[in-house]
Amino acid sequence: MKSMFSPAEIRKDFPIFAKTMRGGNRLVYLDSGATSQKPRSVLDAERNFYELHNAAVHRGAHLLAEEASSEYEGARAVLASFLNAQVDEVVFTKSATESLNAIAYSFGNSSPGSKFALKAGDRIVVSELEHHANLIPWQQLAKRTGAELVWFPIDSEGRLDLSKIDELINSRTKVVAITHQSNVLGTIVPIEKLVEATHAVGAVFVLDACQSAPHFKIDVKKLGIDYLAFSGHKALGPTGVGILWGRLELLNEMEPFLTGGSMIETVTMTDATWASAPKRFEAGVPNMAQAVGLAAAIRYLEELGMENIAKHERELTSYALEKFKDLAGVKVIGPNSNVDRGSVISFTMDGIHPHDVGQVLDQYGIAVRTGHHCAWPLMKKLGLVGTTRASFYIYNDESDVDSLISAIGEAKKYFKV
Amino acid sequence: MELDSLYQEVILDHYKHPLHKKLKSEYTAQVHHVNPSCGDEITLNVSMKDGVVESVSWDGVGCSISQASTSIAADLMIGKTLEKALATVDAFSQLMSSKGNETGDENVLEDGVALAGVSKFPARIKCALLGWMAFKDAALQSGFN
Repeated sequence: MKSMFSPAEIRKDFPIFAKTMRGGNRLVYLDSGATSQKPRSVLDAERNFYELHNAAVHRGAHLLAEEASSEYEGARAVLASFLNAQVDEVVFTKSATESLNAIAYSFGNSSPGSKFALKAGDRIVVSELEHHANLIPWQQLAKRTGAELVWFPIDSEGRLDLSKIDELINSRTKVVAITHQSNVLGTIVPIEKLVEATHAVGAVFVLDACQSAPHFKIDVKKLGIDYLAFSGHKALGPTGVGILWGRLELLNEMEPFLTGGSMIETVTMTDATWASAPKRFEAGVPNMAQAVGLAAAIRYLEELGMENIAKHERELTSYALEKFKDLAGVKVIGPNSNVDRGSVISFTMDGIHPHDVGQVLDQYGIAVRTGHHCAWPLMKKLGLVGTTRASFYIYNDESDVDSLISAIGEAKKYFKV
Repeated sequence: MELDSLYQEVILDHYKHPLHKKLKSEYTAQVHHVNPSCGDEITLNVSMKDGVVESVSWDGVGCSISQASTSIAADLMIGKTLEKALATVDAFSQLMSSKGNETGDENVLEDGVALAGVSKFPARIKCALLGWMAFKDAALQSGFN
């Protein structure tokens, strides 16, 4: 355990921070909400896998196949422990988007009458905060099955309005799929009530944990949820690996999404039966090196301690929110108080479009996200064309916030607003 | 500063005072184009008469580059034959794909050459092309009518 949380020390573990950016500036990376940077231990884990153990997992009678399988299953155990889940409940996918589609398609593939099957009159509940990845798969499932898609609205601060919870989650509801933390506004959704209401009507609860799992401790048992998805690349891991977690008894009753090699129990020319979870949902040779890289990323996070990470980000967000208060013509979009709020700050500037703000910040080595953040309906609801978003992680500190605030001032000067 | 090659004064002028940015009720074709990666949207009306662009009017939301570029394109196209207008769009497209190696022909592109610097910023090329592609779409639709 590192005794002191030091972003400056942490940055030394990330080769990319040695890069010189536009204008000769150091990298101020404030776009971890889109993807995180990778520590050397993750890059080494991937390279080691290819250099020392590479073979197709769960096949072959040779030493490399044994080692590859052991590395890959070892990675699964690391992820299971990270989520406080059973090992067989953790499915490796290529992305969180695939994880969410896997659930939606699996439900859509269920035989009529199955507990997962949806029909006209059934209900799927989402919220206005959703990223497209936790909206469109459910829109499409609703279209294919005739089910109705309904959603929780947000209030003026961007928090979920739960006042109509009993109307929205009713006896016709089959699925409730909600984000744990808004990727745009940073709103953390307190899900206890939602999970309770979902289970009271016999529905299942799907948590989009893309913006939460990398930043604070997730305990799937404590949360009492049924499914969870998150992406490896936002949690210091490589691209090309995501996590689908589901309660084992549910996973073992569900129809698969992708079919093919590895996911079967028996096959004839005309039929097939399915392996148990997790294999049932891992058709084809998986992204093995990426799974191993993700395990290295989780080890890195756990060494820092998820509690310490959450505390660091909370303090940094408070610091930034205070600084933003002093900026004229700049408006923070989302919760103003640092309660149930993650380390994401979206803002607009009078007279300067977000894309232009991002361009000026880039000139100072500052990487931010601009636009609708894959949450177009949320932008429309807020009456915005887009925002500029700064998102913080373990390697950011107050100096990064100071650079951001100063560059925002430069943007104002540049555009004469 | 590198930024100055992107944001020329003439671009900032068009951004703050865009030309023809009010939709005319009379048109021969209307199109709506979006840039899905950043959410920019424009509606653009074209009136063609006897093979000549009689008017271009538009409305929309977007960054300084997309707004200025649409303003420049609209003003440039009015009065041109369909053939000449489409050739001008092609000249601009070519400039945008030049990776900063071309300055553009001022006789053809007029204020459009101010956008030459955009070609060095791959993420912004789509912003600059939005209005031009919308015009091309509307002009071709009008041409076929």
